[in-house]
Amino acid sequence: MTHAAPYTDTTEGRIFTVTGGDWDDLLRDENFAEDERIIVNMGPQHPSTHGVLRLILEIEGETVTQARSVIGYLHTGIEKSSEFRTWTQAVTFLTRADYLSPAFNEAVYCMAVEKLLDIEVPRRAQIIRVLLMELTRISSHLVAIATGGMELGALTGMTAGFREREEALHLMEFYTGLRMNMAFIRPGGVAQDLPPHYKERTQQFLDVMRERLPEYDKLLTGQPIWQKRTEGIGILPLEGCMQLGITGPVLRSAGLPWDLRKTEPYCGYEEYEFDVPVLTGADCFDRFRIRLAEMHESLKIMEQALAKLDEPGPVMVEDKKIAWPAQLSIGPDGMGNSLEHVRKIMGQSMESLIHHFKLVTEGFAVPPGQAYVAVEGPRGELGCHVVSGGGTRPWRVHLRDPGFVNLQAMPAMVEGGMIADCVAAVASIDPVMGGVDR
Amino acid sequence: MEPVRVGVPLPLTAAPQTGTEQHGMFGAHDSGDTSGFGGLVRGPYSPVPTERPYGGYFDEVADEMAAAMDRRGIPAVAIYQTTVAHREITFYVAREHLREMLWMVRDEPALRFELASSISGVDYGAGVPRRLHSVYHLTSMTWRRRIRLEVAVEVNDPHLPSAVEVYPTADWHEREAYDMFGLIYDGHPALTRILMPDDWEGFPQRKDYPLGGIPVEYKGAEIPPPDERRTYT
Repeated sequence: MTHAAPYTDTTEGRIFTVTGGDWDDLLRDENFAEDERIIVNMGPQHPSTHGVLRLILEIEGETVTQARSVIGYLHTGIEKSSEFRTWTQAVTFLTRADYLSPAFNEAVYCMAVEKLLDIEVPRRAQIIRVLLMELTRISSHLVAIATGGMELGALTGMTAGFREREEALHLMEFYTGLRMNMAFIRPGGVAQDLPPHYKERTQQFLDVMRERLPEYDKLLTGQPIWQKRTEGIGILPLEGCMQLGITGPVLRSAGLPWDLRKTEPYCGYEEYEFDVPVLTGADCFDRFRIRLAEMHESLKIMEQALAKLDEPGPVMVEDKKIAWPAQLSIGPDGMGNSLEHVRKIMGQSMESLIHHFKLVTEGFAVPPGQAYVAVEGPRGELGCHVVSGGGTRPWRVHLRDPGFVNLQAMPAMVEGGMIADCVAAVASIDPVMGGVDR
Repeated sequence: MEPVRVGVPLPLTAAPQTGTEQHGMFGAHDSGDTSGFGGLVRGPYSPVPTERPYGGYFDEVADEMAAAMDRRGIPAVAIYQTTVAHREITFYVAREHLREMLWMVRDEPALRFELASSISGVDYGAGVPRRLHSVYHLTSMTWRRRIRLEVAVEVNDPHLPSAVEVYPTADWHEREAYDMFGLIYDGHPALTRILMPDDWEGFPQRKDYPLGGIPVEYKGAEIPPPDERRTYT
């Protein structure tokens, strides 16, 4: 008879490759024993693997006995490319690493560069950074809940999550000109001050979110199917988290109140009043609830940042050897260099023109050395290790992406569980492959 | 071409050099020296050893480390240089002692660096002795402190002990450093490529590995790929 599945004989025994078809046909094949070891390849193109993540699962019936993840499908060489641009240009690459938390990627890199330059960023720039980061945390957690919901079949969770995220992205576009990958945070401060009427727009957003976030409690938290799919699933207790270097909501769901905004404050976070939600269930449900609670806390921080922004001030360091020379403004053809600045460098001051030209083409030099800065990203500790050789380009930039590190916990969470729970566990880690693979 | 150093172990007391000597400026070599900057020579850079006091909690950490090394019989030369710069402390560690040092900083109650935040490779480029560095950023959640350990190895002998046994989280970090820099972590359970395909040749983030890219046309002019554009450093 013809074989239902093609096979190859290897030193490990006969290996069948099955790609769809009827299982009963396969069982009729006399070469195929009923107790075959079955390895399922899930992804990298699969709607439930949270991005281009490939899972290799060894299964026994519906139970996963061994699981491994394969990454690298979204590796774009961001770290290497950054070494061929100036310190300021590198921001445009790094912001694309973890594409759901661009403000964090930018901030952590700029803070590392500023540490090497030994400069202090103006207070107003710090506050704007906090505002952008907390807004990004909200939009990132919304996607985590939305895609997590979709992967578990809660499609309304997906549509609701993306609807609210749209609000967040609209606000981001209003602040920076771009919805994602803004490159708005630059070494030395931020690209420009917030546009007029930012207060009203932010307040509108806060009001909308305060009204809509409680809906998630009705939609998901109190919903029996959601609870059954997530409660007691994908458990990773504290000792496991510590061993595997897990940070962020996954660690806090295991009971450790470790949040860098509180434990090692940066950007003036010590001035803000907010709580760090901690639960002890160490399961997917608690991770979901922590993300939800963190969004409420982020709204609180945004509100406080808004109040602090009443005080005017510069948004870029005074040092003209570092600060980006142009000031942007909106013209009839969109955003560009302000006419005033162009008039000055083209018509009045030759020195300014040279200065502008030098900074934009050559960039500023950073003294040799290395620095490591960590911030609390939506997924955990986002670190940036920057090495300078003393030149106008980074010698080495490394992003310690929390998604990359946390994804290592996948086997510990899913082995021994059902395949369907594997999907829930991966969603609760919330890896963003752009950051994992960089 | 720089002479390739083969199998000559440098004395560990030598400062870990992190740069080569550079000549001229603006990277222009195709025309005469009209700027007058062509004669500039800049010496190679090395991190400067720091004398006590280090400031902040660094002194306490260094004291506790010295005491613990004494107790555990780790020779004092295991740390061959200490540098404090940019509010961070770096201990340059000899690779022979790395594993026991990691056990020590993780387990000693006065140190307790329980989280290996990041392990990254750095390549300081051709011509630099012990050009490949493996950099360990360790965090003490108990004491809320951070230190950096750094190990430098020769590119011809890129072996160093794996940290997976001490910090299981080091698994993927080390696989990435192997994948990108060719650092070989002895004792790693499965040191395979992680970001690049399994059959990839070469180590993409080494400095002598080209970035790649093609020239593109923009408004009639041809723009060379990024790694062929003029550099100013």
